[in-house]
Amino acid sequence: MDLKVNDYTTDDGLTVINVEGEIDVYTAPKLREKLIDLVNKGKFHLLVDMEKVEFLDSTGLGVLVGGLKRVRAHDGSLELVCTQERILKIFRITGLTKVFGIHNSIEEAQENRKSQK
Amino acid sequence: MAPDMATVELSFSALPEHVRTARLIVTAVARRSGVAEVLLDEVRLAVGEACSRAVEAHRRHCPDEPVQLELTADGDRRFEVIVSDTVPGEDLDGVPAASSPTGRDAWTDGTTLSGPLGGGPGALGLAVISGLADEVVISSTRKGMQIRMSWPTGS
Repeated sequence: MDLKVNDYTTDDGLTVINVEGEIDVYTAPKLREKLIDLVNKGKFHLLVDMEKVEFLDSTGLGVLVGGLKRVRAHDGSLELVCTQERILKIFRITGLTKVFGIHNSIEEAQENRKSQK
Repeated sequence: MAPDMATVELSFSALPEHVRTARLIVTAVARRSGVAEVLLDEVRLAVGEACSRAVEAHRRHCPDEPVQLELTADGDRRFEVIVSDTVPGEDLDGVPAASSPTGRDAWTDGTTLSGPLGGGPGALGLAVISGLADEVVISSTRKGMQIRMSWPTGS
């Protein structure tokens, strides 16, 4: 199964990355390339929408952590939208719920971002 | 082997694209063996992690050797999956002592995790397996590493 990765940037400068499919050892490089590409283009505030992700393994987690490290080097942020229990479970097992801001919706993430400004 | 033992053996080339196929096959056999639906996601993820680790290890050391899986359902008790690689004497995090261009750095974009799981993606994968499988035994010998995972069957 192919991984679909698309992005758009909102008026308030938040870049939303829609990910659809399975993120594993085979497909994770595509997401990694997208994150690197966005950072290279000066997009430092990223929100990864995981609502259509059907599978995520530790390779995918590694890519997200790698992206977080890159944006933080530019005082940026990388947060997630995820309500799927099967995906949230792997973040909890690995303790990464404390590393990533995880939101219920894109709107919630935007509101949270506004309140922190 | 006892008559009520059902075993499926799977061997695949050490290529990342085959890991998904392995996940699908193992999940199908687990379902057929009576593993509860609520546990199938855990089986899928744990086996995927074990296969990913084995594929990465083979790609670094013996890309022509296949990764081996053995699935066994023993009647109404346990469903067991054994993932075996043929990379001798690796550390438990799946990363060899000598670094290589296709090793840890290439896998996670040069990023290592800090904190309680700071040990690279191999360690993260094993942590996930330990968190998901009902029982796990990891053994590393001169022949390679073997990850033995099992879950209960029957309702």
